[in-house]
Amino acid sequence: MSQATLRVQKISGHAGSVPGEDTQRQYTVAKLIDVTTCIGCKACEVACVEWNDMPFSNTVFDNTYQTMPETRWNYWNLILFNEHEKDDGSLMWLMRKNQCMHCADPGCLEACPSDGAIIQYTNGIVDFQQDKCIGCGYCITGCPFNIPKFNKETKRVYKCTLCTDRVSEGLEPACIKSCPTGCLHFGSKEDMLQLANSRAKQLQEHSNYPNAGVYDPPGVGGTGVIYVLHDITKPEIYGGLPSNPSIPWTVKLWKNPLKWLGNVAMLGGLVGLFVHYLKVGPKAHDEEPDSREGAKP
Amino acid sequence: MTNGWVDIKNTDMMLIMGGNPAENHPCGFKWAVEAKRVRNAKMIVVDPRFTRTAAVADLFAQIRAGSDIACLGGIIRYAIENNRIAKDYLLNYTNASFIVDPKFKLPENDGVFSGFDTEKKSYDRATWNYAGAVAPPPKPGQPPALPPLPEKVEHDPTLQNPNCVYQLLRKHYSTYTPEMVERVTGIPKEQFLKIADLFTSVRKDGDTKKVATIIYAVGWTQHSFGTQIIRTAAMLQLLLGNVGRAGGGVNALRGHSNIQGATDMAGIFDNLPGYLKVPTPADIDFAAWIKRITPTPSKPAQWDSFNYYSNTSKFAVSWLKAMYGDAATKQNGWAFDYLPKVDRNYSWVQLWDNMYNGIIKGVLAFGMNGVAIGPDSQKNIDALKKADWLVVGEIYPDETSEFWKAPGTSQEEMKKIQTTVYRLPCAGFAEKDGTFTNSARWLQWKNAALPMPGDCRLDQAIVAQIFLKVRDLYKKDPGKFPDPILKLTWGYTTPTSPSLAEVLKEINGMTFVDVEDPATKVQLKAGQQLPGFAWLKDDGSTACGNWIYCGAFTEAGNLTARRDPSDPSGLGIHQNWAWSWPANRRVLYNRASCDLDGKPWDASRRQVWWNEAQQKWVGNDVPDFKADSKPADHMGPFIMNPEGVGRIFGPLGAFADGPFPTHYEPIESPVESNLLHPGQLHNPVVKKFKTKDDKFGAPKDYSVICTTYRLTEHYHYWTKNNPMNVQLIPEPFIEVSAEMANEMGIRGGETLKVSSARGSYIAKAMVTKRIKAMQIDGKKVYQIGIPIHQGYRGIAEDEGKNARTLVNLLSPAVFDPNAYTPEFKGFLVKVEKVEKV
Repeated sequence: MSQATLRVQKISGHAGSVPGEDTQRQYTVAKLIDVTTCIGCKACEVACVEWNDMPFSNTVFDNTYQTMPETRWNYWNLILFNEHEKDDGSLMWLMRKNQCMHCADPGCLEACPSDGAIIQYTNGIVDFQQDKCIGCGYCITGCPFNIPKFNKETKRVYKCTLCTDRVSEGLEPACIKSCPTGCLHFGSKEDMLQLANSRAKQLQEHSNYPNAGVYDPPGVGGTGVIYVLHDITKPEIYGGLPSNPSIPWTVKLWKNPLKWLGNVAMLGGLVGLFVHYLKVGPKAHDEEPDSREGAKP
Repeated sequence: MTNGWVDIKNTDMMLIMGGNPAENHPCGFKWAVEAKRVRNAKMIVVDPRFTRTAAVADLFAQIRAGSDIACLGGIIRYAIENNRIAKDYLLNYTNASFIVDPKFKLPENDGVFSGFDTEKKSYDRATWNYAGAVAPPPKPGQPPALPPLPEKVEHDPTLQNPNCVYQLLRKHYSTYTPEMVERVTGIPKEQFLKIADLFTSVRKDGDTKKVATIIYAVGWTQHSFGTQIIRTAAMLQLLLGNVGRAGGGVNALRGHSNIQGATDMAGIFDNLPGYLKVPTPADIDFAAWIKRITPTPSKPAQWDSFNYYSNTSKFAVSWLKAMYGDAATKQNGWAFDYLPKVDRNYSWVQLWDNMYNGIIKGVLAFGMNGVAIGPDSQKNIDALKKADWLVVGEIYPDETSEFWKAPGTSQEEMKKIQTTVYRLPCAGFAEKDGTFTNSARWLQWKNAALPMPGDCRLDQAIVAQIFLKVRDLYKKDPGKFPDPILKLTWGYTTPTSPSLAEVLKEINGMTFVDVEDPATKVQLKAGQQLPGFAWLKDDGSTACGNWIYCGAFTEAGNLTARRDPSDPSGLGIHQNWAWSWPANRRVLYNRASCDLDGKPWDASRRQVWWNEAQQKWVGNDVPDFKADSKPADHMGPFIMNPEGVGRIFGPLGAFADGPFPTHYEPIESPVESNLLHPGQLHNPVVKKFKTKDDKFGAPKDYSVICTTYRLTEHYHYWTKNNPMNVQLIPEPFIEVSAEMANEMGIRGGETLKVSSARGSYIAKAMVTKRIKAMQIDGKKVYQIGIPIHQGYRGIAEDEGKNARTLVNLLSPAVFDPNAYTPEFKGFLVKVEKVEKV
């Protein structure tokens, strides 16, 4: 991904300080998704597939308008459709655009053991660097939103980049550009929060949604994707949006109190590898499959 | 649309019914969302299913497919009973106060208006008129002519006369009570009252500032009484004073990017370009034709009427000059004899019936997939088997060009089919330039984005070459009457492939002589493009291919290519973006946005107004009015009607099935007696065909209501060839309610066979809470819905992944008697579980 105008502020699996840390101030960017005006048209899904040059996915009918059950390594942006019956018996058909939330405290990055495979830029975008990915899948465990997906052929993990390549050139992400109703917005986190809060207030006062609110969960330090929901007290009705997401305790343990244990284990592993090398010799070079082509999940 | 897409942002209230814009017009729907977000506008959605539009609505009600008039009639009754009407507007801008012929009779239990002939199943519309009309003296050997509208109309400004339109309206809808609405439509009374109250709340306590819009699409047109549903909406909007105003109107959302253009350019057999009525055999010469199609003013004596159609002869002569050039002269009645005279109904369903009966021998099929479109696809397939030839211009192999191998056709049968099929590779939309006319009547020029692949040709090149070949044949062997072909103007730079810019110039029109406008002193030289239709003449000095498009391509250039987004008024008028017919006017009838004195009803949404100092109408939009008509002259704002006012009562020949809409059941209905008119179940003038493929089911055999529709993810029968669309919705499905599924033991993903009296459709079940069982007059009724998009040619189809059936194998070949649209919504089926696709 283009890093031309982006500065890194967090690096996975990295010992010591981040180069250039605090040398530059930058707005934190955010996507605002106003779920109350999403019409589930899937323009954002198509824009994501097309901008990122993804192959077409095989899908099957699953008793829903939803394209597929969950995001895939090559399908990063998925609208989740849910029929919800309110207490008064009336129906809501909820459509929530699901993708990487770009957490301020990213569980994936915390969990990742590979130096630099996951980085967070100073603008808040969390980005996977597949060339440094070792395919361990720890990021998948670390994510409270079930977003990163493993490609069995490339043995690497993928997810939404928040279009770093576009954002670094001053453009909005592809999904935002494609949205026909204006339910998607992009800008500084500060501006998006302000917009989101005023929309939530409008919904409370004028649209009979007294519980309307903004989803920006503090358990992960806030997110780079925020939602306006009709009912902030029940995020789980929107396709299982966690009400209080946090980094799993296993990840926290592994990264902090038990890290020395991991290091010991890793050292043991390295010793084992060295012994293996002495005995067997170097591994023959495999042709690296192209992550962009053909591979089906 | 009376208004436009962007204008929806100006509304306070939306009734979306018979349309699903969030799914079928997502880009235009942004303006509905904008109205909600910026103005706190309310959105009411009434639909047989809880759609993606319903998902963002403030109020939703599930309606039984085909009962819309009952619901809208109920709202009209509610508005009258609760005084939620625009009194001044109603009195002065509609025919509410006009006195109707005392012999006119409303339909009561018998369900028919006065003049119905039960034998012929048609109406003598003599009494569908205002009082005082006089029949012309009968001509020997001809049937008695209808009395024209009276020149002077009696009216009662107190609206108390029992024969005035308002009182008739009130009486007619007095039976459409909330209880009756519930019994007929299945919308619970409380829910209906919420809708009626919310929608009419724009006129609460005498408010005249607020505006409501009604938005619809083919969910209203595709019924055997579709035109009358739309009329009910128009009447409601007139009653509430919402027509002509920013954020108001009656707004049809067109389902193709250029379907508005198709109708503007004579896409229907009984229209010529610009909605001029086609000549019939009774029009013996040009003068007789013009006399028949030119209305004369009909209004209260003290009012004024512009009666803009008094200019019809100018539009007609200029059109004939565009067609036949020098060959159209005053002496030969402007080549009137060259025009074919339409002697019968040549509408879509009728054409296929004619082909089925061996009358039509060949078809040129461009830009449409007749077999898939249906209705009653099997009848269309059987009709093509009887044709001599079929030419299909398409970008993909489609169901029509492969009708001969439709599923179920045996090898033996295929051998017997003698139809010669020519398949021509055409250019796709992105490979062609030209204009699209959108729902808002904007003509927008587009450039070709891509070169055509392989041997593809432009549609106009194919049509031109066919024409030139036919002309050559007529030159060699003139036969009895070659002139209509030989004299046709064809002055394009490249005759074998006319440039569409040249065609647009020709449509706009030009003057053959030097001319000066006496008012503005603007001068035109001979050969120059006309600036607008006010310049058209009936002396042969102007040519114009379509009077309503005159002004689109002037001496200033191709105005449809304009892309200036500026909008000084903030009302979304965008005067210099593309070009809108008529006269670049964005909201029709906009004189009605002002009160009697010419002041806008709402000062914050000023479209046009009377400028006392200049003594003329001015504004942000182009005034749709006689520019110098003083408010005191009381000229009506509906200048295209001879009355000058909006028609709550549709007199004379305006409609085939009644001056007021009334509820009839769809041709196939679970209701066996019309609750509102026990004596008449269906629209009495609807025709049923008689071939072996025209079968109709009774509720005892087919108890489930079926409606068909489109999905955001697909475009008609086209995108099943595009993997991007196929991945989004990979398979056909049938939406059934959870309650029905439960009763039948169906789970989502299991395979269903849906059958009507005409055919079967097989696909997987989508079990949903978004359709619910309904109570219709105390009886439980189920509705199902089927998207139309799949067939027997496409990616999934060719891979054998679905049953390769067409939805329109189910639908009946009956149509609305006014617009000839088939009844794709609300027919009867039965549903069975089957083993696999």
